[in-house]
Amino acid sequence: MSSYPGPAAPRTESIAETLRLLAYLAACIVLMAFDRHGGVMQRVHASLELVAQPVWKLAGLPGRIGVEMRNNAVSRSQLIQDNAELRNAVAVAGARMARLQAEQAENERLRNLLGASQRGRLDVQLAPILDIDLDPTHQRLVLDAGSNQGVHLGQVVIDGGGVLGQVIAVQPITSTVLLITDPDHAIPVEVVRTGIRLIVYGRGNRLVLGNIPRSADIKVGDRVQTSGLGGRFPAGFPVGTITKLKLDDSRAFLEADLAPAAQPDRGHEVLLLRTLPGGAR
Amino acid sequence: MMRRRTRLLQAASIAIALLLALLPLPDAVAPFRPFWMALVLAYWVLEHGDDTGLGFAFFIGLLLDVVQGSLLGEYALRLVVIAFLLDRFRSRLRFYPIWQQVLAIAALLVNDWIVTAIVHAFLGQPQHPWASLGAAAVGAVMWGPLHALLATLDRGRR
Repeated sequence: MSSYPGPAAPRTESIAETLRLLAYLAACIVLMAFDRHGGVMQRVHASLELVAQPVWKLAGLPGRIGVEMRNNAVSRSQLIQDNAELRNAVAVAGARMARLQAEQAENERLRNLLGASQRGRLDVQLAPILDIDLDPTHQRLVLDAGSNQGVHLGQVVIDGGGVLGQVIAVQPITSTVLLITDPDHAIPVEVVRTGIRLIVYGRGNRLVLGNIPRSADIKVGDRVQTSGLGGRFPAGFPVGTITKLKLDDSRAFLEADLAPAAQPDRGHEVLLLRTLPGGAR
Repeated sequence: MMRRRTRLLQAASIAIALLLALLPLPDAVAPFRPFWMALVLAYWVLEHGDDTGLGFAFFIGLLLDVVQGSLLGEYALRLVVIAFLLDRFRSRLRFYPIWQQVLAIAALLVNDWIVTAIVHAFLGQPQHPWASLGAAAVGAVMWGPLHALLATLDRGRR
C-alpha cells in the first residue's frame, strides 16, 4: 500500500460531472448525426454560417495583404519582362481565337442547317478566393463573393484549367464551394478519345475514376471531360488526365487515378458559370 | 466570479485561437498546425476551473465547428472530452512542474487525435493524416509559452 490514498470513493460531485459529460457527448453525437443526414439541421447550420462570415473575412486578411505586398514589391524589370511575355501570349491567344471564331461561325451555320437549338455563350463571373484553411478533411473553398454579388446555389466553379467544383452554400458576402476532390463529390464525365461515360469521385486530395469495365478502351494519358449528364455540370469542361490504371478491390472493374485539370492551389480567383452553355444534353 | 478584465482576456484568447485555426499555412506545415483552441481551453480550465466547465467547452466547440465548416458537434465533442479530463486531474496538474504539464498536454492531444479518428470512422469521413500526430507534439511544446503569456496577462491586470 502506498501512502497516497488514491482517488476517494466517488463523491456525488464527480458523479454529477460524469453525468454532465455524458449529456454533452450525447448532445454532440445527436448534432453530428442530424447535421450529416437531416434537412432541418442543415438549414440551421447554413444560418449559423452567417456568423462565420466576418471571422472568415478577418482570417483572410493576412493572405490578401500578402498578395498586395507581393504585387507592390515586384520590380520594374520583372514587370517589363512579364509584359513582354503576356504580349506574346495575347498574340498567340488572339491567333487561336481568330481560328476558333471561324470554326464557331462554321459550327453555327451547320447547326442552323440541322435546325438544332443554338448553344448559349459562356457567361462567367470572376470571384476572388478568400485565403483561409477550413477543416483539412473536407475539400472546400470560401469565395469572397456571396448572394449580394449574384452567386447562387449550385453554380459551377471553374478555373483556367477546368472544373473546380460547385457552390454548396451561399451567404450574403461569402459563399462555400465543394471541390470535385471532396469525398462527398461525384461528377459525370466522358473520356474525350472514346466517349466512354464514367463517374469521377473525389478522394480527399485526389480524383478517382471508378467502375471502368475491364473491356473498356481506356489508357493512361486519356483526357476526361464533363459529359453534361445529370444536368448540374455543362458538357465539355476538362476534369483531368488519367495517370494510373489498376484493378479495383473487386477485381472485376478498373480504377483510374486522375490528375485534376483545375489548379485549386494556384491563383487567387475562380470563375463562376452564370449560364450553362447548352445546358444538359 | 471572474473579474471583468479576465473575462475580456478570455474572450480575446478564444477569438485569436479561432483566427489561428483558419489562418492559411503552406501545405507542408499545415498538418502540424497546433490545436490552439484546446490549449487556450486548457489554460482556462486549469486556472479558472470554477467558471469554465463543460458547457463553456461545448459552446466554443460549436463556434469552432461553424467557423471551420466541420460537422456541427465534432469540435464540441473533442473539446468537451478535453475539458472533462483536465477538470478531473486539475488539482494535480496545476502543481506539476512545467515539463510534466507539457507531457500531460501531449498525452491529452494524442488522446484527442484518437477521439477524432473514432468519430471520423463512425461518420465515414476521411481520417486526418498521420502527420497530424505531429500537431500534438507542436501543441505540447507551445503549452509552455502560451501558459506563461496568458498567466502574465491574467495576473498583470489583477
